[in-house]
Amino acid sequence: MDATLLFQLVLNGLIVGALYGVVAMSFVLIYKASQVVNFAQGEFLLVGAWVCWWLLTTWQLPFWAGFLVTLAFMTAFGVLLQVIVLRPLIGEPVISVIMATVGLSIFFQALMKWMFGVFAQPFPPIFAAERMRVLGLEVQTVYLASLVVSALIMLGFWWFFTYSKHGLAMRATAFDQQVAQSLGVSVPRVFAMSWAISAVVSAVAGVVVGVVNGVSSALSFYGIKVFPAVILGGLDSIVGAVLGGLIVGVLENLAQYVDAEWLNWGNMYQIAPFYALILILLIKPYGLFGTRNIERV
Amino acid sequence: MTSMAPAGDFRSSYRADTTIFPTRGSRYAMFTGVLILCAAPLVFGRYELGLLITIGFSAIAALGLNILVGFTGQISIGHAAFFGFGAFSSALLVEHHIPVPLAIWGAGLMTALVGLVFGAPAARLKGLYLAIATLAAQFILEDFFARARWFSGGVAGRVTEPYELFGLRFDREETYFYIVLAHVVVMFVAAANLMRTRDGRALVAVRDHYLSAEMMGINLAYYRTLSFGIAAFYAGVAGALYAHYLLFVSVEAFNILYSIQFLAMVIIGGLGSILGSMMGAAFMVLLPEIVQAGADLLSGGAIDRALRLGASISFLREMAIGAAIILFLIFEPDGLAHRWKMIRAYWKLYPFSH
Repeated sequence: MDATLLFQLVLNGLIVGALYGVVAMSFVLIYKASQVVNFAQGEFLLVGAWVCWWLLTTWQLPFWAGFLVTLAFMTAFGVLLQVIVLRPLIGEPVISVIMATVGLSIFFQALMKWMFGVFAQPFPPIFAAERMRVLGLEVQTVYLASLVVSALIMLGFWWFFTYSKHGLAMRATAFDQQVAQSLGVSVPRVFAMSWAISAVVSAVAGVVVGVVNGVSSALSFYGIKVFPAVILGGLDSIVGAVLGGLIVGVLENLAQYVDAEWLNWGNMYQIAPFYALILILLIKPYGLFGTRNIERV
Repeated sequence: MTSMAPAGDFRSSYRADTTIFPTRGSRYAMFTGVLILCAAPLVFGRYELGLLITIGFSAIAALGLNILVGFTGQISIGHAAFFGFGAFSSALLVEHHIPVPLAIWGAGLMTALVGLVFGAPAARLKGLYLAIATLAAQFILEDFFARARWFSGGVAGRVTEPYELFGLRFDREETYFYIVLAHVVVMFVAAANLMRTRDGRALVAVRDHYLSAEMMGINLAYYRTLSFGIAAFYAGVAGALYAHYLLFVSVEAFNILYSIQFLAMVIIGGLGSILGSMMGAAFMVLLPEIVQAGADLLSGGAIDRALRLGASISFLREMAIGAAIILFLIFEPDGLAHRWKMIRAYWKLYPFSH
């Protein structure tokens, strides 16, 4: 394998992986704050991207306006989901909560197909220049933008959890709900906020993917790809989620190359992360950065 | 779960407590129920019988999943993959000149072996991690079906033979119905009996409090893996029945949506209820029919034209599945079986309902 190709594969992996990382981060955010495993994470991307696409094409809004309206909509969407569906299920067994998010995922996937059809739709062009030169490499502008957006979101998360009052309240709730409550943190509000932030961030990722590849129901597969990433990083570690996302992104690109050159099994791009997932679960079930759950009787 | 037994129904011995039918009435009700079902081919047309057959094999698969999820407290999001494995295995066995009645059980055993392999991580994992591991199993098995041409016929699918016993061919809905009914009865009685044995109680103990169960000498890893094996066995038999009903098996049928439908059957029917698995299966099979009927009712009207109901009926069905899962979880988390018990208790206690 020559070095340029390897470099290209790793770069592609990192670009996609950064997006996985962003989605994984918003998945972990919900899990940390409210102990809900969100199987509908991919549908956040899907709904966000379709809403933005609809605003841009049907209503002819400029990109920035459509994007802002999408973010506002997703905030309300996340809060409503949490209040209407997830709040009545607090205290129910894990399986019920998982199934509720699975139900949401099916529902919104079908709803989006019903409203917008099954075909991939391209976004109207957003950048003036199609390609740019960076460090002597020809890069598509959208890829570059996607990398920048991912990095910005990660920075934003870091700032939010280290300095802002709400971020600190969220960390306190994740650490111990009762103690947080007794210190004046409104736990229901933190739950709702975590869902809103997660929905918004995922929608941003959805719009980015939509701009790159077009909007289609394939977007919801990002929600499934998140699982190898978060298991690798540990379910409750935000840093782990980012790293896990990057690793999964690089892994699937390399696996596809290896498959095309030597194995010819087909479909390794989709499946390789799941083989990795099973391996990790067998060897190190709590991931790279996850908290080990020690039980005492 | 509180007992819904009416006043006066005391159990004074262990034997009475572990009996299959708590009262004589319930035993007669069961036998009459099966007898009435035997008359179904005389009354219903082929389409309705087809639905009943679908309910039958779905109920077997749902029962297997209920043993895993409802009785042992494990989670599996890959049940359709096991169901599909059973369907392909049975077709494969028939191709190697094994008669269909044996192939169905053989397929169950083969699927049970695969279930044990994928259940091995279950010995160590619980809850979320297990859910994600079985999700991976779903995708890996699906990929395997698409790739292993010797096993599944690849993308083209695999054709198989109809059910044949003592020279009789059961290849029409009217006759195949009895085959499915017989398997349903055998599998449900087996499950009811399993729950009366030491092994069945051990599974429930693992669900209720696994640490206490371990303290009492129950081997956790063994029983967790075992329940995966049992669930896969049920899924395999159900899949084989499906294969010899349609006589054609193809990869696309066993996707994750189908897995979720099995989970929905278990949840809507009632976790940890044997009869509930049947009710849940019936509900999930009939739900698309109800949606279809609703769309037909509105067809041609203004609503139909505005919302394009006719063209997007498959999406409406999927939405109905999702909505049913969420609504049941919020409003009736104990499922149809619980509702059924409440209704019965209400009539039994009628004038004195408190």
